[in-house]
Amino acid sequence: MDERARDMQVTPVMRKKLEDGLAPSRLDIIDESHRHAGHAGHNPQGESHFRLEIVSEAFAGKSRVERHRMVNALLAEELAGRVHALALTTLTRDEEGRRL
Amino acid sequence: MTNPVFDRIRQDLSENDVVLYMKGTPMFPQCGFSAAVVQVLTNLGVKFKGIDILVDPSLREGIKQFTNWPTLPQLYVKGEFVGGCDIVREMAESGELKQLMADKGVAGA
Repeated sequence: MDERARDMQVTPVMRKKLEDGLAPSRLDIIDESHRHAGHAGHNPQGESHFRLEIVSEAFAGKSRVERHRMVNALLAEELAGRVHALALTTLTRDEEGRRL
Repeated sequence: MTNPVFDRIRQDLSENDVVLYMKGTPMFPQCGFSAAVVQVLTNLGVKFKGIDILVDPSLREGIKQFTNWPTLPQLYVKGEFVGGCDIVREMAESGELKQLMADKGVAGA
């Protein structure tokens, strides 16, 4: 792996892919890697465990499994690489409103 | 072409109402996400078969392809994929999981 690729941050790449793919009204990407230190799949460089909260109208009428599959497909490359775990919350704007 | 791993998964799913593909065993989960789903199922009082994918690399990859789902754990009820840890936890909190078990005729829920 060349130096540049190794230094590239995963978070902005994921953000761009999710914004392009889902046009979210809210997108929170939280790096929780530090909470998994020492655990299998943990990468000392960080960016191995993420929590994503995504609010998008693209999820309307879709089941939870379908929504997660949409996100997983957009981030397939990252999931095959250094991202070991994604905790996902996928909501439409209506559902977000009801949660608050 | 038949895939022997898929055949084995189909057999496990046909023989058990509730199957959890996980890292470690229900007694000794090796991953926090797997442990969380074990906890949810235990709280519901549902009998389930835990299958440890760590002891079998072909199953570890095979279940991801079978379900078209990149992560573990994975919960199946009556042969139908329900979700991973986040989905199971959300459904448990909202009561949907208990309802699903009842609708599918799974004892204990």
